[in-house]
Amino acid sequence: MKDKYKLKLLAVLMVLLSIANVLWGSLDIPVKDVWQILCGNEIEGHPAWSIIVMQGRVPQMLTALLTGTALGTCGLLLQTAFRNPLAGPSILGIDSGANLGVAIVLLLLGGTASIGNLALGGHLLVVVAAMVGALAIMALLMILSKLLRSQVMLLITGVIISYVTGSIIQLLNYSATEQGVHSFVIWGMGNFASVGIERLPVFCALSFLGLLLATLLIKPLDALLLGDRYAENLGVRIGRVRQMLLLVTGLLTATTTAFCGPISFIGLAVPHLARLALGTSYHRTLMPATMLIGANLALACNLLSTLPRDGSIIPISVITPLIGAPVVLHVILKQKNN
Amino acid sequence: MISLQNLTVGYGEKAILSDINQTLEPGRLVCLLGSNGVGKSTILRTLAGFLQPLAGRVLFDGKDLTSLSLSQRSKAVSIVLTERVEVPYMKVADLVGMGRSPYTGFFGTLTKEDKAIVGEAIEMVGIGNLAERTIDTLSDGERQKAFLAKALAQQTPIILLDEPTAFLDFHAKISTLRLMQKLAHETDKTILMSTHDVEMSLRLSDILWIVQDGEIHTGTTASLTESGILRQFLGDESPL
Repeated sequence: MKDKYKLKLLAVLMVLLSIANVLWGSLDIPVKDVWQILCGNEIEGHPAWSIIVMQGRVPQMLTALLTGTALGTCGLLLQTAFRNPLAGPSILGIDSGANLGVAIVLLLLGGTASIGNLALGGHLLVVVAAMVGALAIMALLMILSKLLRSQVMLLITGVIISYVTGSIIQLLNYSATEQGVHSFVIWGMGNFASVGIERLPVFCALSFLGLLLATLLIKPLDALLLGDRYAENLGVRIGRVRQMLLLVTGLLTATTTAFCGPISFIGLAVPHLARLALGTSYHRTLMPATMLIGANLALACNLLSTLPRDGSIIPISVITPLIGAPVVLHVILKQKNN
Repeated sequence: MISLQNLTVGYGEKAILSDINQTLEPGRLVCLLGSNGVGKSTILRTLAGFLQPLAGRVLFDGKDLTSLSLSQRSKAVSIVLTERVEVPYMKVADLVGMGRSPYTGFFGTLTKEDKAIVGEAIEMVGIGNLAERTIDTLSDGERQKAFLAKALAQQTPIILLDEPTAFLDFHAKISTLRLMQKLAHETDKTILMSTHDVEMSLRLSDILWIVQDGEIHTGTTASLTESGILRQFLGDESPL
C-alpha cells in the first residue's frame, strides 16, 4: 500500500512538471495566454505564440518525459542484467555505439545535412544507424560479461569502448564538412527540442514499443537478481531473456540517442533514486517507479534548460551530469563501506 | 523418486564419473562426500539440469529429466548454491517468495495462498523472526536457512544443496544439518547435499554417497562401516 502511495505521488508530480514544462519556456508567454492556446484559440498580436506552444513546448515536454522514462528503464535493465550497480547506457559505452552510428550517417553519408532539415526518411536512417551501433556494443558487452566476472573490468571495458568509438568519430569529424561537424556537435549536446511535431509520432511509437517490451521482462528480471543459475532453476529461459534485454535496451538507447543526442547519467542515476525512494529491488514496483522518476528528472532538466530566459537554452548534457554525478558517488561510497 | 541409470556426468567431452546406477528415495537426507574434484558438483549440476548427461539418463518419477520443460523442472527440483547472492533491499520474505515464481502469473505477483506457503516455509526453517530483515544483514547460517526456505517454497519433491555448510561455524553447521534431516523426514522430500563435513554427515544423514576413485558407494553409515568402504575413504582423506 505504501509503495502504491509513493507511485501515485510520483505520477502526480509528473503531471505537475509536464504542465510546468508547457507553461514556462525560454520565452515569456503569460500563463492565461498559454491556456488559451491550448484551448485552441489564437492570441491577438502574437501569432507566433501558438506555434511556440503547440509545435515547440508540447512536443518538447512529451520528448523529455519519454526520454527520461526510456533512459531510466534502460539503466534498470542493465543494472539487473549485469548485476552491476554502476551499469548504465552511457557508462557502459552503449550510447557511444549509438553515437558512432549517428556520426557515420551525419558525417560520412549525410555530409552537409543537418538534423533539423533531415526528412523523415533521413531521420529514420539516423535511428537505424544508432540502433545498429547500440546493439553491436550491447552484444559485445554481453559476450565480455561472460568472460569478465569482475564488475570493475566490465566498466573499464565500457570506458575503452567509448575511447575507441570516440577516436573513430574524431577521424570522421576530421574529414567531414564544417556544417556536418557543426550539426554533429549540436546534436551531441543533447536537446529535447530536436524531435519536433513531425517526428513525434515515430519517436513516441518507438519509445512506447521499447517500454512495453521492458514491462514484459518484469518477472524474469526479479529472478535474475539471484543470478543465472537460480533464475534458470526458477524456470527462466536465460538465453531468451538476455536476447530480449539486448533488444529492448538497444532500442530504447538508440531511439533516445538518435532523436535527442547522448544524454548522460539519467540512465545510471534514476534506478538508484527509485531504489532509495521505495526501498525495494523488485521490478514489479521498481520499474514503474524508475519510469516515473526518469520522466520527472528529465522534465525538471528541461525546465532548468530554459533558465536563461532570453530565448536561448542550456544544453541538456550540461545539466544531467550535475544531477547524476552525486548519485554515482553515493553508490561508489556505499559499496566501499560494505 | 529419482533414479540414475547408466549415467555419465562431465563437461563437454570429458566424463568425470561414468556409469552411475543409483536411486534416491523420498524422505531421506543424502550426504554426498568426496574430495575436491571427484565430481560432486558435477552430479548435482546434472541432476539440476544445468548440465546434460553425457550418457545414460536421470528419471524423475519415471520421466526423463531431459524431456521435462524448464517450467516442469522448476517444479521438480530446487537448488541452494554456494555462491553468495547480494541484492540490495531484498527481505527474507521476498527471497522466499521468489521460490513461488514457477507458480505465479505474468508479473510474479504473490496470491494469498502463495504468501501463506512462504510464511510456512520461513517458519519451517525457524527464522520467522527474520522475515522482514534484509538478506545483507543476516549471518551466514541465517542466510542458508533463508535460501533453504526459498527451496521449500518452491514445493519440489527434490532439493539439491551444493556445500550448504561450507562457510558456517560449528554450531550453524549442526543446526543446518539437523534442520535438513528433520525436513526430509517430515516433508517426505529427497534432500541431496554435497559436503566436506564428514563427521556430521556420518551422524546425521540417512544415506551416504561416497565418491572415490571414479565410483559411488552408497549406504547407511553402518553398512558402509561394515563393508570397510568408510575406513578406506577416511583413510586416504585424513592424514591420521
